[in-house]
Amino acid sequence: MWLTRPLQERSTQIFLGVLFSAVVLVTFLHLFMPQDSALHVSAFTVTLLGKYLCYALLAVAVDLVWGYLGILSLGHGAFFALGGYAMGMYLMRQIGDRGVYGDPILPDFMVFLNWQELPWFWHGFDMAWFAFIMVLLAPGLLALVFGFLAFRSRVTGVYLSIITQALTFALMLAFFRNEMGFGGNNGLTDFKDILGFNLRTDATRLGLFIATGIALAIGYVICRGIVTSKLGRVSVACRDAEARTRFLGYRVERVQLFVFVVSAMLAGVAGALYVPQVGIINPSEFSPLFSIEIVVWVALGGRATLYGAVIGAILVNYAKTVFTGIMPDAWLFALGGLFVLVTVFLPKGIAGLLQKRRKAREDDDTPTAQEATV
Amino acid sequence: MSLFQELTDREHVFEFLTQVQSPVDVRHGPILYLEDVNVSFDGFKAINNLNLTIDDGELRCIIGPNGAGKTTMMDIITGKTRPDTGSVWFGSRHNLLTMNEPDIASLGIGRKFQKPTVFEALTVFENLELAMATDKRVFPTLTAVMKAEYRDRIDEVLEMIGLEALRDRLAGILSHGQKQWLEIGMLLMQKPRLLLVDEPVAGMTEQEMERTAELLTSLAGKQSVVVVEHDMGFVRSIARKVTVLHQGSVLAEGSMDQVSNDPEVIKVYLGEEA
Repeated sequence: MWLTRPLQERSTQIFLGVLFSAVVLVTFLHLFMPQDSALHVSAFTVTLLGKYLCYALLAVAVDLVWGYLGILSLGHGAFFALGGYAMGMYLMRQIGDRGVYGDPILPDFMVFLNWQELPWFWHGFDMAWFAFIMVLLAPGLLALVFGFLAFRSRVTGVYLSIITQALTFALMLAFFRNEMGFGGNNGLTDFKDILGFNLRTDATRLGLFIATGIALAIGYVICRGIVTSKLGRVSVACRDAEARTRFLGYRVERVQLFVFVVSAMLAGVAGALYVPQVGIINPSEFSPLFSIEIVVWVALGGRATLYGAVIGAILVNYAKTVFTGIMPDAWLFALGGLFVLVTVFLPKGIAGLLQKRRKAREDDDTPTAQEATV
Repeated sequence: MSLFQELTDREHVFEFLTQVQSPVDVRHGPILYLEDVNVSFDGFKAINNLNLTIDDGELRCIIGPNGAGKTTMMDIITGKTRPDTGSVWFGSRHNLLTMNEPDIASLGIGRKFQKPTVFEALTVFENLELAMATDKRVFPTLTAVMKAEYRDRIDEVLEMIGLEALRDRLAGILSHGQKQWLEIGMLLMQKPRLLLVDEPVAGMTEQEMERTAELLTSLAGKQSVVVVEHDMGFVRSIARKVTVLHQGSVLAEGSMDQVSNDPEVIKVYLGEEA
C-alpha cells in the first residue's frame, strides 16, 4: 500500500519519532512541571509551538508541489487562508448569542453592517462535520479549478508562479471587501469555543497543539507516501522533463492536478488548525508576501526532502519570533539576508547540509569495510 | 440480463470504465502513412508535400541535410506539432492528427529524442520502470506495486542495453552513449509497434555505434523502426531502405546504393559541401 510504505522507511520513522517525542515532551513539561520551574512550558509557548507546527504542515504541502513536481506556487497562502476561513466560520457560529450584540444567529460584524439574515454560504457552518469537510473542500475545489485551467493550457514555470501570486492577491482584495460577507478588513475573531471546549483554557490549547502534531504526522506520511510511490517518480519526471514524460504516455496535466489538489487540501488543514490557536483570521493571510515567505522556509530547509520543509518552517518562524521581539524593524532584513546566504552557501538548504555530512560519514566507513573484506 | 441485474452485479465492468484500445490495423501493409503533409513556421515551409509510407516490421533510415524537416516530421507523427494540411495514419484505423501525445504514445509509437533525455534524478531502473507499458492513469500509478514479472521485464531490457551493472545508479551520471542506450531501453519498455529514433549515435564512439547498430537491427521485424541519422557510415551499416529528405519533401527513396548514386542526392549533399 502506498500509504503504509513510508512507515517502513527509516527517514520517516526518524521524523515521526522526533515529532512524537517533541510533542510528548512539551505536553509533559507543560502539565507536570511547577509553574515557577525554569523547565515549565507555559500555555503561551504551547500555542506558539502549535502555530509553528501549522506552518510546518503548510511548508510540507508547498514542498510537495515545488520540490517534487517543480511547480513553484507563490499562492499557497490562499489555500491556507481558505481552510482558515472555513474553520473561522464554524467558530463564529459557535459564539451564538455570546457576541457583543447578542444576536443568536448573526455574527457581530453582520449585525454591525445591519444585515438582516445570514448569507447563504454561512449556512451549515454551525455543524462541525460540515465545516471540517469545507476545510478540505474549499481549498481543494479552488486548486482543482485553477489547476485544471492552468495545467491544461500547459502553463508552467515562472508564468504559473506569477498566476498563483495573482490568485492570492485577487482573493485578498476580495476578502477585504465587507460585502463579501467574511468580515472584511477585520476578519473573523472573538472565538469562544471549539467542539464544546473553551478556547481560552490551557487544556484546549494543549489539545490543539497535540492535534496539530498529529495532523503534521499524517500530512507528512501522505506526502511521503505519494513521493515514494510510482506516481512520485512520475512527478519527478514531470519536474525534470515534462515533454519526455508525455511521450511515455503519462497525462502530465492530471498528475500535476492531483498532486496540486492534495497539497492545497493539506494547506487548508494547516490553516484550519492555525485559526483557533491564534484566535483570528483576516485577509492578511492572503497577502502575497506571506506566500513568498513560505517558499523561503522551504528553500532554507531544503527542497524535495519534506523534512527539510519542517525544519525550515520551524527555524525561520522561531527566528521571526525572537527577532520581532528584539528588533522589529530588522526582521525583514534578517530574513532577506538569510535567504541570500542560504542560496549562495547552502543551495540544498539545511537538509542538504545534513545529507552531505551523512554521506561524508558513509564515505569514511566504506574504505574500512573494503579493507575488512581484503 | 435485465438492466437491474446488470447494475447490481458486483463483478460487472462497465464499458465506459475499460479503456477503449482498438488494435492497430496493419492488414494493408503500412503501419505509418503520411500523405501530402504541409507545415510552415512563420511562412517558412518546414514540411512541403511530404509523402511517406513505412511498412510493418520495416527498418527505415531517413537522412537529409540540416533543416530538411526530419525532426519536424517526428514531431508531427508524435502529436507535438499539428500540420497545416495533410493526413497521418497509424495503420489504417488510427488518425494521428486527432490524438494527443499520451494517446499516441500508448497506441504504440515510441520516440527517442535527438538530445538524450532521461530522467537524471531517477535511477536507471526507475527510468525503465516509468517507461513500462502499464496503466498510466493517476490512481493506478499511485497504487502501483512492483511485480516480479515487471522486474523480470526490466532486467531483460537492462541486459539488452548492457546497463545491468548500473541499474541502481542515477541516470544523471551516465555517459552520453549510455544515456542514448537507456533511452532506447525506455522505448523498448513501452513495447511500441513503431520506434522513432532521432540520431541514436550522435556523440558515440566507434564501438558504441556498432553495438547500437546491432541493437536496432535486432529490433526490426518485431517492431517497425524509423531512424533519423546524419552519420552515413552508420546508416550504411543498418539500412535496407533509405529515404532522403530535402527542404521538407522526399528527394529519393531506395537502397543505400541506389540513393547514393542518385544525381539529385549527390547534388544536395556534395554540391553544398564542395
